[in-house]
Amino acid sequence: MIKVILIDDEPLARSMVKEYLQSYPDISIVQECDNGFDGVKAITQHKPDLIFLDIQMPKINGFEMLELLDTPPSVIFTTAFDEYAIKAFEAHAIDYLLKPFAKERFDKAMQKWLAGRQSATPVVTQSFIESVAQPEERNRVVVKKGSNIVIIPVHTIHYLEAFDDYVKIHTKDGFYLKKKTMSYFEKTLDPKEFVRIHRSYLLNVQELTRIEPLEKDNHIVLLKSGVRIPLSATGYSKLKEILGI
Amino acid sequence: MKSSTFKSPYFKFTIWWAFWTIVGTILVHKFNYSWAVSFTDAAITQLDWTIAGYCLNAALRYMPPSPKNFVNVLAFSITVAAIFTFAILPYGMPLVMKYINTPLNYESFLEDSIFVRFVIGWMQLLFVAAISWMWYFLEEQQQNVKMKSDTEQLARDAELSQLRQQLQPHFLFNSLNSINALVVSQPELARKMIQQLSDFLRGTVKKDDRQLVTLEEEIRQLSLYLEIEKVRFGYRLRSEITADEESRKCVLPPLLLQPIVENAIKFGLYDTIGEITISISARMEDKNLVVSVKNPFDPDTSIPKGTGFGLNSISRRLYLIYFNNTLLQTAAENSTFTTTIKIPQL
Repeated sequence: MIKVILIDDEPLARSMVKEYLQSYPDISIVQECDNGFDGVKAITQHKPDLIFLDIQMPKINGFEMLELLDTPPSVIFTTAFDEYAIKAFEAHAIDYLLKPFAKERFDKAMQKWLAGRQSATPVVTQSFIESVAQPEERNRVVVKKGSNIVIIPVHTIHYLEAFDDYVKIHTKDGFYLKKKTMSYFEKTLDPKEFVRIHRSYLLNVQELTRIEPLEKDNHIVLLKSGVRIPLSATGYSKLKEILGI
Repeated sequence: MKSSTFKSPYFKFTIWWAFWTIVGTILVHKFNYSWAVSFTDAAITQLDWTIAGYCLNAALRYMPPSPKNFVNVLAFSITVAAIFTFAILPYGMPLVMKYINTPLNYESFLEDSIFVRFVIGWMQLLFVAAISWMWYFLEEQQQNVKMKSDTEQLARDAELSQLRQQLQPHFLFNSLNSINALVVSQPELARKMIQQLSDFLRGTVKKDDRQLVTLEEEIRQLSLYLEIEKVRFGYRLRSEITADEESRKCVLPPLLLQPIVENAIKFGLYDTIGEITISISARMEDKNLVVSVKNPFDPDTSIPKGTGFGLNSISRRLYLIYFNNTLLQTAAENSTFTTTIKIPQL
């Protein structure tokens, strides 16, 4: 039995896929979700083989939802937005169906997936999703803390710290972990607001209160929260340039 | 017709000739010549200058003021003045004068005054040149001002029509997708939605910003839009519209409310998970129609930037029509986002 989950906020859009799937007897729809939060829960619980995923959805979009999964299943995107097509394929989506789509087009996508299943299954990995970064949408970061999903607006981030394969996102409520690289955040956050002040630190300049000297040529920054983080020589000159001093 | 007669150069130069002829007649008369002799002398002399001046004026249209053209004008005016005074006047004038009773000393008067005539003629040509240049300069300025205002008007119209056409194509595609889903399961509903979608689309085409519509009409169009969106989003979307009789008769640019409501639905639906209600209310406030659209939002996760949530194009449209930047206001309070527009009623 092939397990499928449908994630779309429009009930009629889901019923459309459901109707098209009727001609595939060994496929069973284990759950339907109308938002990304439920989507993450359902995927973690059912471990489906394939999901049909909309992009524009309440709270978190389809890409943000995929980011939260450790081992994402195969994805076929279904959306009315053609501008995400390239990003979707970069995320190694099986296919990208533009609403409204015909049964023939849907069958083609299914055949592509079924053929791929016989050989090596294409999997969506974090690095693929990383390339899907939408700089224009990066005004928030979605993370998982335990079983909760937290949406962090970027202006509430104090600073980011490299932590093995993860990045620690420090906010006033403590830190969150996100499996990303520092350079990913450096690229996707607004460079006027976030400055890479050190190999391991990305600082929200709004949080800075003062730069303190530490030995000769070495500096440290003091944040509003009272935390002190190191400042490298290049970081120091970058910071000076941003602050205009 | 009449004004073009006054504007024609022939008319202007006829006046010019007449004016200087009068001056010249009086001047010659002072030397004790009869009015007839004085007039003939002045008229003929002035005819020369006027013809030369006319040619100069015509030539200067294509010779803008510059050091080089200034020298050209000097050379031309001296040459023409010299030819007219020294080569034509001494021989031409007696030919005419012999038809009237001319005193004997006239010929020596003509001879004695020839250099003065040359200087006066030359000065007059320089004067014509100065006036022509000033004239053409003013004319060009006026043309530039007019062209600039025309260009601005064109740009404004183009921008307005472009802003109006920002109906999200996603709305159309998603609606078609819903219809596609309904065709098999609920064909009657599919047919109804096609009808609503067609009526809605018909309402969006062929609209001119300067042709104001009543709020009543705009609400009718809005209701079609909301009905379609409700089929798409099911139970999650509710709406309420309140408008009193007085406000319903007010006028506003067409299709102004739809993008605001579209925006409210988008942020209401995408920012929360449960059911949402979009409230639209209209009222009159000292000669302004005031329409507010409210939608719920999550203050913890959304960051309205600037006027907030892509309302810039509506604000811009209002500015282009009413030249007022304060007609669109937004307010985020608790978890309700309110967009308010004011439409001046004349």
